[in-house]
Amino acid sequence: MTRTEPEPAVAESAPAAALHAGTSDPRTLIMRNLRQSGIYIAFVAIVALFTVLTNGVLLSPGNITNIVLQYSYILVLAIGMVILIIAGHIDLSVGSIVALTGAVSAVLVIQNDQPWAVGALAAVAVGIAVGAWHGFWVAYVGMPAFIVTLAGMLLFRGLTLQVLDNVSLSPFPPEYQKVAGGFLNGLLGGQGYDAFTLLIAGIAVAGYTVSVFRTRLARIRYEQPVESFPLFVARVLLVAAVVMYFAWQLAHARGLPIVLIVLAVLVLAYGLMTKSSVFGRQVYAIGGNLSAAMLSGVKVRKVNFWIFVNMGFLAGVAGVIYSSRSNGAQPAAGNMFELDAIAAAFIGGAAVAGGVGTVVGAVVGGLIMAVMSNGMQLMGVEQSTQSIVKGLVLLLAVAFDIYNKRRAGTTR
Amino acid sequence: MTDVLLEMRGITKRFPGVVALQDVSLEVRPGEIHAICGENGAGKSTLMKVLSGVYPSGSYDGEIRFDGKPVHFAGIRDSESAGIGIIHQELALVPYLSIAENIFLGNERRGRNGLIDWNRTNAEAGELLASVGLHESPVAPVIQLGVGKQQLVEIAKALSKDVRLLILDEPTAALNDVDSAHLLDLLRRLRDRGIACIMISHKLSEITAIADSTTVIRDGRTVETLDMRAGEVTQERIIRGMVGRDLESFYPERNSAPGEEVLRIEDWTVWHPVQHRKVVDGADLNVRAGEVVGIAGLMGAGRTELAMSVFGRSYGRNISGRVYMHGKQVRARTVAEAIDNGIAYATEDRKRYGLNLIADVRTNVSAAGLDKLARGGWVDGNEEIKVAEASRRDLNIKTRTVLDVVGTLSGGNQQKVVLSKWLFTDPDVLILDEPTRGIDVGAKFEIYTIINRLVAQGKAVIVISSELPELLGTCDRIYTLSAGRITGELPVAQATQEDLMALMTMEKELAG
Repeated sequence: MTRTEPEPAVAESAPAAALHAGTSDPRTLIMRNLRQSGIYIAFVAIVALFTVLTNGVLLSPGNITNIVLQYSYILVLAIGMVILIIAGHIDLSVGSIVALTGAVSAVLVIQNDQPWAVGALAAVAVGIAVGAWHGFWVAYVGMPAFIVTLAGMLLFRGLTLQVLDNVSLSPFPPEYQKVAGGFLNGLLGGQGYDAFTLLIAGIAVAGYTVSVFRTRLARIRYEQPVESFPLFVARVLLVAAVVMYFAWQLAHARGLPIVLIVLAVLVLAYGLMTKSSVFGRQVYAIGGNLSAAMLSGVKVRKVNFWIFVNMGFLAGVAGVIYSSRSNGAQPAAGNMFELDAIAAAFIGGAAVAGGVGTVVGAVVGGLIMAVMSNGMQLMGVEQSTQSIVKGLVLLLAVAFDIYNKRRAGTTR
Repeated sequence: MTDVLLEMRGITKRFPGVVALQDVSLEVRPGEIHAICGENGAGKSTLMKVLSGVYPSGSYDGEIRFDGKPVHFAGIRDSESAGIGIIHQELALVPYLSIAENIFLGNERRGRNGLIDWNRTNAEAGELLASVGLHESPVAPVIQLGVGKQQLVEIAKALSKDVRLLILDEPTAALNDVDSAHLLDLLRRLRDRGIACIMISHKLSEITAIADSTTVIRDGRTVETLDMRAGEVTQERIIRGMVGRDLESFYPERNSAPGEEVLRIEDWTVWHPVQHRKVVDGADLNVRAGEVVGIAGLMGAGRTELAMSVFGRSYGRNISGRVYMHGKQVRARTVAEAIDNGIAYATEDRKRYGLNLIADVRTNVSAAGLDKLARGGWVDGNEEIKVAEASRRDLNIKTRTVLDVVGTLSGGNQQKVVLSKWLFTDPDVLILDEPTRGIDVGAKFEIYTIINRLVAQGKAVIVISSELPELLGTCDRIYTLSAGRITGELPVAQATQEDLMALMTMEKELAG
């Protein structure tokens, strides 16, 4: 499940007095939350706007399922992208990697009748290899990622064409299609809804509650400021309500999408990795001040190499999901995906100069783009207008972020 | 001709939540060098920003009169056209453009066709360079010049705009003694030409040497203006105004009791990363537990290069020589290995090499010792906060919480964060490169106190400093470094500034 509460670490940089008082002053509270959770508020506002504009269709069970299926691969890419952006890099080639990995998988599964798992694993392996290729040039030769991945964009698009011999391959066997189009449902039965989906969501909510409660206890033990208890309960209830509503809607459509499970696992794993692992912290250190990181003993080359390998891995995963969803491999697959992934990261609060950004933010940024695209499609807005709106939203999101930071008094 | 060139009266500048300047007054007479002293955060820079129009007229209260007339600068262009030039501490030159292009940047000498008249540009630049005593070709790119010469280019640039009042913010902070003396000479010559100067400086010896009057600012208020020509104004007198009390001593007392040798470096040679020359040449030195050892050298002598090359080969190439810790030879080929062997190096340039300015205090404190907080690759965030809190208490870091962004702290507090970071790695030897650069008198005293506490705990400390009094005040033993060679080793009891200076310049004279 995508957890949408603000990062605790960030939420505390508000005036110490207010924090230690258990946050009683509502104005301080609102101001703080407005600054820290601007992205979440924007997300809620956009969802509300398009719900009204589409007469509620946006939040209908079928459409929610659709959004998840349709944009999952962009969200997967955004996770890898935001990590690169935090470290001060970028990857312009992910669209081409998605195409190449999908093509390799299609050649194996469709042309050579290999099992679906062989195709998927080969795709991921190719993604990792491509990531290692980029990582080598960036980390060990010392070239700017912009150039390396620009070259990669051309290189791997060309390879895609050669692998596919310039033609599209389709269709995949049904098992392969299940990756992106499959659902876990009916396992527990139910009257017109899928009880299994609700059970999984319930477990997720319970897990979330236990986890935040333990964090809270640990913070109290370490004499760190925490929010007042009623506020804490309200926050947990809000998250639980949102997740359960979301699950309820899914349960009334086709059940729990497999890609949603994949996505939830990735968001949790990478969210934790970036926030609390030594490796993740080193990524932030490199992006914040490369020289200082080096002189603090961070093995900069190693970290840079592995985050590119990781991007390749995730692009491979996205390649499998995309080829599965489009039920085939096309020479032009994945075109411009890199731009969507980059936009998601920046809308989600990543800084162009590096050192700032979160996985959860990037995913919410991607969801904002997804809801806007989907909403406008439902309204029948023309493709050209959609593009203009998305461009403006990206511009305004980053402008708002810069404005906020200037007000917060940081000079960068 | 009025007898007052600049008059600022009752200047009050508020920021949300703070009053940065409260009823500050300043008077500068034509053709005088007017020093402004104050601790970091006292409001010196804010006052200069008000004067130069960075904070436009209307954003502050009070009155500014320049040349007898009230002025209302809306921006830096206005103050420039009135004849006020400001030279910031961080030089603002474009490295790949020529000296002449830099001088006339934004103020280009155009011909009749609207294009740049290069002959006139270069000829006028040549005249300006001569007037500041810089013997370089106007077409040479700025990147080829040292910091001292770049400073002169900045002054030439200001002169090209017919300045009548020149503001210099810490002009000698990055200069060696020779360049500093040269710069101060130039300021005297400018004064004789009738150009007034406002100089902000932490170097009180320079102020007593050159200033005609000194205004002391403390906590956003004018404390006093001292007439330096009338009588003897001592450094102690200025410090009393700055801190509001007498510092009994610049340097805290310490009982020196060196123990076993901790670090020894033998025959250490380092080549420049790109040029074909040795930066450090066969250096031998050692430091014992509970001892503070100083390294004195002019800029370019190879002090920082020596330290950084020992610290995990962070500088240079073809490094040869041996490093011993506690008598055993160690490998320290990467920074991580150096840290594991108990070596720590706190950089001279904390903003560029020492801190992640956009991250919080906590993250910076743990940056070099993250492994100590981690189990199986996962950081214990609560322990991390505990460690940061402990550092904040022990080193008296002034910040609201350890989750505040380091970039918002003052220089002295940032330096304490750098120290915290290295103390957390629990090193046996701590190399401090210019530990008090750009921080105020009070914070300097605190840093010295921290050094004393460390040696009392049995750590070995190496201090690299451009300020000889600082070395004499803090060290047990001082090595002198000149052109990459160690030219002397003196116990502090037998060392004087003159001796050290002689050793620091020795090799250069031999070389011719």
